[in-house]
Amino acid sequence: MLEGLMIGLTTATSMTNILMVIGGCLIGTFIGMLPGLGPMSIIAIMIPVAISLGDPAAALILLAGVYYGAIFGGSTSSILLNAPGVAGTVASSFDGYPMARNGQAGKALTIAAIASFAGGTIAAVLLMIFAPMLSTLALLFHSAEYFALMVVGLSAIAAFAGTGQVGKAVLMTLVGLIMATVGEGALFNLPRFTMGMMDLQSGFSFVTLAMAMFALPEAMFLVMNPARTATQGDGSDGKITGLRITRAEARTIAPVIGRQSVQGFFIGVLPGAGATIASFLGYAVERNLATPEEQKEFGKGSIKGLAAPEAANNAACTGSFVPLLTLGIPGSGTTAILLGALLALNVSPGPRLMIDEPQIFWAVIISMYLGNLVLLVLNLPLIPYIAKVLSIPRTYLIPFILFFTLMGAYIGQNNATELLILVGFGVCATILRFADYPLAPLLIGFILGRMLEDNFSRSMQLYDGIGFVLERPMTLGLLVIAGLLVILPSYRARRARARAEGVADGD
Amino acid sequence: MALDRWIALIILGVCLVYGYAAFFTMDAGLPPFMQRNPIWPSTFPKVLSVLASITALIILLGLEKPPAEGGKKPDIDYRRLGDYNTGQAVILLGLMVAYALLLRPAGFILATVGFITVAAMVLGERKLYILLPVAGLATGIVWYLVQGVLGIFLRPLPFFMGV
Repeated sequence: MLEGLMIGLTTATSMTNILMVIGGCLIGTFIGMLPGLGPMSIIAIMIPVAISLGDPAAALILLAGVYYGAIFGGSTSSILLNAPGVAGTVASSFDGYPMARNGQAGKALTIAAIASFAGGTIAAVLLMIFAPMLSTLALLFHSAEYFALMVVGLSAIAAFAGTGQVGKAVLMTLVGLIMATVGEGALFNLPRFTMGMMDLQSGFSFVTLAMAMFALPEAMFLVMNPARTATQGDGSDGKITGLRITRAEARTIAPVIGRQSVQGFFIGVLPGAGATIASFLGYAVERNLATPEEQKEFGKGSIKGLAAPEAANNAACTGSFVPLLTLGIPGSGTTAILLGALLALNVSPGPRLMIDEPQIFWAVIISMYLGNLVLLVLNLPLIPYIAKVLSIPRTYLIPFILFFTLMGAYIGQNNATELLILVGFGVCATILRFADYPLAPLLIGFILGRMLEDNFSRSMQLYDGIGFVLERPMTLGLLVIAGLLVILPSYRARRARARAEGVADGD
Repeated sequence: MALDRWIALIILGVCLVYGYAAFFTMDAGLPPFMQRNPIWPSTFPKVLSVLASITALIILLGLEKPPAEGGKKPDIDYRRLGDYNTGQAVILLGLMVAYALLLRPAGFILATVGFITVAAMVLGERKLYILLPVAGLATGIVWYLVQGVLGIFLRPLPFFMGV
């Protein structure tokens, strides 16, 4: 392994490759900030550029830099504008956006950058050590376990996103799942619930829904309430102060980052599970592990609540390289595109990659370290300028936010009907916000709905019925955990209420 | 009745319609070889409609007590909508709908510059000499990014001019 590291270092630290890393990170960050353009689209665009370089190691290094840059850029729009453009950054908006509204945008972006860096670096170390072992483990996960894992993810989200009322969150999750069934499912090829409209044949688009659920109600609230500015609090002296993190804060988030990097990495190793589930499970786990006073802060601008999903997100993205490099199976959409790039460069990933072309394998791993480092170094100075976006006068800010959301929705589906769907759902989302219904479970239910149904259908077909729940112990165990996650908060709330009433009566 | 109960009622209605479609109308056209499958396209929708209807009923009937400390106050009190700039918000929504409908006929550049300008003026901006160049610049950058770099087609000019 040491020899491999040396090979990787010599390859990755050549002048061209360092330029590739820096260029890739910059491009990725800037384009990733635009909602609607996720890592997948950007990497797809950069493939011709990468292939024309000729050298597979340099091409991979460029693409890896773009990938990490795009993930960081996606967090930026999620934190500053509450407009998550990438599914994996939705969880960062839960605490990142309240922090930005409290005038702490700079600190939020700094924490996001550092958590991402730490998550990615720790995950790269784990990748180096565990890659071969993990591939055998990942093969043990069949459709039934994926189904159960997703149910756990959804229950975790329903349990914590409900501000104490699990019922509303569960209802929103189910509505999200219902919306995911619109369109042509992959397993059946029958259009469902499209009501004859061609435009609904591929279902709703994630970006449209994300814009409609998060960005549009915020914009509407900004319009309706002029006293509610984009930043409340005293960020108004023009300088972005508070970029630095105090030692106490660093000590608080360090264990969070450590735990979530490891957890996120292992979840990311599972093909298909990906950064979304990792970030949500990370948020849920950290919330449950926090002390009761800290738990109240989650959702209102807690630094733990921001650091956890960011670290998990980046760790999962690194983890998704494991199946690609060791088995040749892409673990997520982005790694699928990277696989295409590798094949175009005449490199065949798979179990032989480490043996036949070790310089490529190790160069990719070293470039992950370098990419994370470059991201941190390049982006930290840029953060004050990025955070200044929020102090644009509101007569310009609001039309631009609205334009952003429209463009994001349009780029996703190339179809003007999508914009009408955006406005329609935006109005519904605003009304739901009035009534205190949490919207995040709806979005997550939508994202995971398709995969949930596919895995459920596949398991049912393989086991010819619902017997797989009892025949596979891991599935049963995961489903029991999911059930506990949903019931436990209401049980605890009921006991707390009974205790409170008991004390009052006793007076 | 409180707004959240009304919404639960509406969602219950939607779930019942969805469930009706799933239980009664979806399986009509299913070919015989698919009927032997343990899982049909309508299975998941059936399960979801039942679960969602039950949950909506739970909220509607108030079976779940609110948390002991009382929830957080929403940012905007919907009972006093008249106190806020609701008119501006509605006009902006109407502008977005108009943008969606006019994007293809009027071309991207015209529609976008128009949208940004009118939206800013609705919100109170009066300095047209700053507004128009900024709108034009933003539109140009986005158009270049989308058309040139990404290769997504976005018709720049109205339908009666050019391609």
